[in-house]
Amino acid sequence: MLNSIIQGILLGGYYALIASGLSFMFSVMRIINLAHGSLAVVAAYALWVLAEKFGIHPFLGLLIVLPAMGLIGWALQRFVLERSIRSGALLPILTTFGLAIVIDNLLFEQFGADTRSLAPYIGSLSYDAFELPGGFYVGQLAVLTFAVAVVMLGGLQAMLSFTPLGRAIRAIAEDPDTAGLVGINASRVNALATGLAMITVGVAGAFLAMRATFDAYAGAPQLLFAFEAAVIGGAGSVWGTLIGGIVLGLAQALGAQIAPQGFLIGGHAVFLAVLFARLFIPGLGFSARVRSLFRRST
Amino acid sequence: MTTLKQGTRVERWTPASRLAIGVVMIVAAGLALAPAFLGAGAVDRLTTLFIYVMLAAMWNALAGFGGLVSVGQQVFFGLGAYFAIRLADAGINPYLSLPISALIVGAISLPLSVLMLRLRGGEFAIGMWVISALTHMLVNLDTLVQGETGTSLISLNAYAMEDRRAFIYWLALASMLALLGMLFVLLRSRVGAAIQAIRDSEEAAASLGVRVVGTKRLLFVLAAVGVGMAGALWLATAVTFQPKTYFSVQWTAYMIFMVLVGGIGTFEGAILGAVIFFLIETWFGGTGVWYLVGLGVVAVLFSLLLPKGIWGEIERRWGLRLLPVGYRVVLPPDAGPAPSSSTNTKPDREA
Repeated sequence: MLNSIIQGILLGGYYALIASGLSFMFSVMRIINLAHGSLAVVAAYALWVLAEKFGIHPFLGLLIVLPAMGLIGWALQRFVLERSIRSGALLPILTTFGLAIVIDNLLFEQFGADTRSLAPYIGSLSYDAFELPGGFYVGQLAVLTFAVAVVMLGGLQAMLSFTPLGRAIRAIAEDPDTAGLVGINASRVNALATGLAMITVGVAGAFLAMRATFDAYAGAPQLLFAFEAAVIGGAGSVWGTLIGGIVLGLAQALGAQIAPQGFLIGGHAVFLAVLFARLFIPGLGFSARVRSLFRRST
Repeated sequence: MTTLKQGTRVERWTPASRLAIGVVMIVAAGLALAPAFLGAGAVDRLTTLFIYVMLAAMWNALAGFGGLVSVGQQVFFGLGAYFAIRLADAGINPYLSLPISALIVGAISLPLSVLMLRLRGGEFAIGMWVISALTHMLVNLDTLVQGETGTSLISLNAYAMEDRRAFIYWLALASMLALLGMLFVLLRSRVGAAIQAIRDSEEAAASLGVRVVGTKRLLFVLAAVGVGMAGALWLATAVTFQPKTYFSVQWTAYMIFMVLVGGIGTFEGAILGAVIFFLIETWFGGTGVWYLVGLGVVAVLFSLLLPKGIWGEIERRWGLRLLPVGYRVVLPPDAGPAPSSSTNTKPDREA
């Protein structure tokens, strides 16, 4: 029991990782990118190709893949989302959904139905464990994932609070028109923000590929996990995402204790429970975070 | 344009739309008689087309008119098939189990709407997807379904193949016409004015006293019943029920494609989109992965370049409305410098 709680919390680190980019984009541009999970899988495949074909260690591969993801994000905002949102707030949902279908099926066309993993390329990290007092073992990779999630969320928060870019992003999220009046180039800032979000997606993709196997259609469940973590944690600061991830991870780990299918059911159930709670406690949730996130950091 | 010129009138029916209604009736009558003339393959294909039209029209009702973009409509499709299996297993006539199943789906969607309609925009979209994923898993737990192995609507085998085919065809045709008719009447009613006001601006509609949530709930339940019926009919044609195929997000992808290409928020557009999708599937469906890539690319391009779809563009250019659900103002011929000077008919925003 205690063991599955520990594993659940660490699993939450991965969910926070994948959710951070999604909720970041939502809070800045009010766009939910339905290709989010598929882009994480793109990064995973890119790292796999670098490791398999060129013998580049996945951690070194990140030096190539993360800037590329940043560029993809920049282009996504510049050429797709910016145009799409002009025709209505709902249109980016359709555009990014179409994009996800294209990405998934192109990946399938290219890489086929075999599942892949980065585990064989990271040596003993994939199975080494720390021993905790009380005879518990926690995987080193899981601890690393959690640590990276904390560092990345902290970095995002610091960037929003202390840098000029962060100030511009906050201004645009608060009121895009007024931000424009005071000389902030919304289109440029949004493109940078999307680039940042995609870098976090690249990191998430790397950990997805190291901790388990993935295939061309792995993007959809990642999107759902990211979304659930973001909604569950939605109440407050950037750290809400971490809490959301942990709650989701815990629900899944405990659900799995009850029945094999309980892993996913537990996660979905806790998501619904939070939605239900929101009926009675207003201000709890994803949409409300936009304001509270930035108020708190200003 | 501060004063109304003399001769300004508000119109709903136009000669073109009267003609269109006539054509629709003739086509419907022709389709009803079709099984007597067509081969088995053609009848099956037409049944598929009717199901696509239902899916497109229902998704369009929800997204195009209610402003509720869902990527989880497959939940109702899967449940429609699942309850039909369950009802037939309980000894109910398999044909009868199809519409009853759709009604059960509608009954389930009502409490679900309380939860989901609190979500906005993208949250609602993926929230529905989560609901679908959860429902898929719960259905898998049912011992009758045997997990992903699935089961089939065995009791249909008691009927001769020809009778079965024709009956399912008629049932699909009747369901499609009933749903389209309901939607048409609904959109032309007082509620329809509210629906279209919400589509154009939710805040403005609410400020005029439109009951936004109640109106959206109506569309949510209607779409659930319609998509549930489509799922039940699909089960009747395919006979086998594998949860994975019915709860696949691909169904929603098809719905989005049809509506986006045909014209979101226009009554005629969804039907047009379904026909286009049906033709594309007939010609290219065999190409597998590239077919899906192509659908995605076309959907993305339409959303970026032609977000109102083909029918929206036709309406904009020629002011053509075949199945009018709104009103529009027609200015007299000498009505000053009209916005588009070449035409005196300003396709104004609908009531």
